[in-house]
Amino acid sequence: MTGTFVGMPVFPKAAREAVGDSQLRRNLAHATGTIRAKRAAVVGEVEEWEELRLAGAAIKENVLLHLDEHLVRLEESLTKAGATVHWASDAEEACRIVGDIAAAHDATEVVKVKSMATQEIGLNEALAARGIDAWETDLAELIVQLGDDLSSHILVPAIHRNRAEIREIFASAMGEVGRPAPDDLTDEPARLAEAARLHLREKFLRAKVGVSGANFAVAETGSLVVVESEGNGRMCLTLPEVLVSVVGIEKILPTWDDLDVFLQLLPRSATGERMNPYTSVWSGVTPDDGPQEVHVVLLDNGRTRALADEVGRQALRCIRCSACLNVCPVYERTGGHAYGSVYPGPIGAILNPLLKGVGHDDQTDSLPYASTLCGACFEACPVRIDIPSVLVELRSQVVDAHRGGVPKPEAVAMKAAGATLASGRRLGLAERLAGTGIRLARRVGARPWTQARDLPDPPAESFRAWWRRTGGDER
Amino acid sequence: MSTREEILGRVRQAIGDTPRPTAEVPRGYRGVGEGLDRSAVLARFVERVEDYRATVTRCRAAEVAEVLAAAVTGRSVVVPPGLPWPVPGSVDDTGQSAAELDAIDAVVSAAALGIAETGTVVLDHGPGQGRRALTLVPDLHVCVLGAAQVVAGVPQAVARLDPASPQTWISGPSATSDIELDRVEGVHGPRTLHVVLVDDL
Amino acid sequence: MVTCINDALFPDTGRNVVRLLRRLGVEVDFPQAQTCCGQPMVNTGYLDEAVPVLRSFVRAFEGYDAVVTPSGSCAGSARHQHDLVARRSGDEGLRAASRETSQRVYELSEFLVDVLGVEDVGAYFPHRVTYHPTCHSLRMLAVGDRPLRLLRHVRGIDLTDLPGANECCGFGGTFAMKNSDTSVAMGSDKARHVRETGAEVLVAGDRSCLTHVGGLLSRQRAGVRVMHLADVLAQTEPSKVVAS
Repeated sequence: MTGTFVGMPVFPKAAREAVGDSQLRRNLAHATGTIRAKRAAVVGEVEEWEELRLAGAAIKENVLLHLDEHLVRLEESLTKAGATVHWASDAEEACRIVGDIAAAHDATEVVKVKSMATQEIGLNEALAARGIDAWETDLAELIVQLGDDLSSHILVPAIHRNRAEIREIFASAMGEVGRPAPDDLTDEPARLAEAARLHLREKFLRAKVGVSGANFAVAETGSLVVVESEGNGRMCLTLPEVLVSVVGIEKILPTWDDLDVFLQLLPRSATGERMNPYTSVWSGVTPDDGPQEVHVVLLDNGRTRALADEVGRQALRCIRCSACLNVCPVYERTGGHAYGSVYPGPIGAILNPLLKGVGHDDQTDSLPYASTLCGACFEACPVRIDIPSVLVELRSQVVDAHRGGVPKPEAVAMKAAGATLASGRRLGLAERLAGTGIRLARRVGARPWTQARDLPDPPAESFRAWWRRTGGDER
Repeated sequence: MSTREEILGRVRQAIGDTPRPTAEVPRGYRGVGEGLDRSAVLARFVERVEDYRATVTRCRAAEVAEVLAAAVTGRSVVVPPGLPWPVPGSVDDTGQSAAELDAIDAVVSAAALGIAETGTVVLDHGPGQGRRALTLVPDLHVCVLGAAQVVAGVPQAVARLDPASPQTWISGPSATSDIELDRVEGVHGPRTLHVVLVDDL
Repeated sequence: MVTCINDALFPDTGRNVVRLLRRLGVEVDFPQAQTCCGQPMVNTGYLDEAVPVLRSFVRAFEGYDAVVTPSGSCAGSARHQHDLVARRSGDEGLRAASRETSQRVYELSEFLVDVLGVEDVGAYFPHRVTYHPTCHSLRMLAVGDRPLRLLRHVRGIDLTDLPGANECCGFGGTFAMKNSDTSVAMGSDKARHVRETGAEVLVAGDRSCLTHVGGLLSRQRAGVRVMHLADVLAQTEPSKVVAS
């Protein structure tokens, strides 16, 4: 019942529509402004924040450079703790594994903890095709699912919706899939949250199979960690008899002690809280407590492709906090849908091309250009992913992927510019035409520029010409 | 070849023959908060738990039973095995189903430790803390912890905890910011959290 | 390094840099072989095309004590992107030369404050001014409050804070063309903040960002003009005011 990103237009086209949507602009400006202020306040009170960022980056970097060893160790620890470990190369294989487990228990429904990995692989749609309902239980995911909508933010997928829209969605859609919203539902956030509590409780109480992701997987101990706020995660991880967790292979931390960095970095960067309301930790099966059948699906789905990219590899450090989205001036104006992926914003602009590869489709190739390279994302990133540098690297990969064919006008222009700028003399000649160029641009073209911006008056002579004439002497 | 071998093979190929130095992880952050005196640690813990709109009651060991009785008065209440304090009118955890727990108003539990910096209580589901569902489904959670169990920060907590048992880290009542990033307390987990801090325990 | 945009479109800014530095006793030269830092190509993904530009850059500035540029973006490009281009060339000699050159590159406010050790450059500018710290000055070079310290010492100036100052103006090089709708949306918000200050002049350390925001302000007939930091710092007594 959720929409699909397949067939999304290239970023500039999708963004054009988004920046013209006044309600979206207002909703996003309000929400990102709120979260930015919260994050700044709680990050500001941690004196050792920079050191935590360095530690977080170093731990993750070490994991990536030794990922094979850590994966084998994680598998051992999980197995010893009573979990069954599965490996999935791609989305299709992962969905099949989860579907088979549900089918083996004759489940016609599963309850889901919010999870980027399961969104990435399109698990809900795959389960639906096998006649299994997947109920999203995170409030924002519920809003998206009931609204037959698409997620637009990693942490707050319904960030593009305001309270009035959410009330409408609950009032009209809850009754179709379970307990209807109360007749007197208002748009107060507390009343909306209560409606979600009532609607989902019957699903939690009867569910046989729970599906989750994991924020962290500790190789040493086989501990999986889920960080959440509402308690829907605890419900899904605790009440069902069977639990399946789909975990990207980059989610590993080497040792239990390493968590002390990430349980400080993540909540402050994500929701702007000192600590999120609930963090659940479990290792395999605990006798007489929680699910007695525990599965873990280790997912590649392009991660090894990203790992092979020496510059882009650092994107795999990402802990999905969304801080980069919240500080991104582009994201704030376009929202998440324009990125055409479950991973929007600056991290999405690098992660999607890294996971899928460039040069295959224009939509993915447009993402590395969806940034002004302002650097706000790098500054906010708790694991110091240098997103601007990766964007620049990916732009060069996009350009290189198209070399050899019929060059685009841009490529011709860049080649000409490169040749002109290789010599001061040639540039000097070109500059004599610059005034004419500007006048021409005003008259006939450069529409992307001149549609909203005036061009400056061309100078009488270039700096170069002035210097040659005067030697820089004003008298 | 199995998928496992394929993925491990791709990982090795991706990393290639490049040297794999292990970067030094700076750990200076672990000393932070060590210098605080105990009364400051406890005061910070109380302030930060309350900041999440949870209730905190400070009392002495001799007063715990009385505080608990008042906290759950008029409600049905369940207690885990091994809870060291009597709770009047409580039923024991006899392995009730989730639906049965849903009909109970409150739960009283002990805790493994508290974290001052973040206002967090951590359950490791040992004696007095019960299985995970017990402290999840009832709408009021009363959690008792001794002052000596409160540590300064997250690093001290992680160092003390044993990941062999499951854990639940709790920072205030359940909450959401999913509607316009406006924080609302009370969603699926207990909507009321009451922390009882016992000064001489 | 006057930068390609100042050379072709804003020669007055280049002249003001020369005037300012000479006033402070610096011996200034303009090597005619200089062209561009290569950033337009690098940021659009054309690394091969940037290689000859880098070669020319390294050659042009050989032998100078300091390469001063009135642009955070171009200085940032030299320090943070030239190695990328040099690596692409596969030419180790170019790589070494480029590293050596980029260490001598200073953004104007860095050069004034860190190298010359001055904050009061003897400027006079009796106007209401607001300052936009451009992204590359702020986050790539971390020039911090150096430009503001310089402006605060300008006599007669009425300097007012810009709301949301640290947020990008939306220029972003070819972003302004490729994603012009988003670029304009960002720039409009920046222009609105500028108007809120009641300033008559918007000052920044990068002509490229100023062309974008200034183009919007001009189209809106906002009554705010844009000036480079150097244009303000070069102004002295009323009798010597130079038209910008």
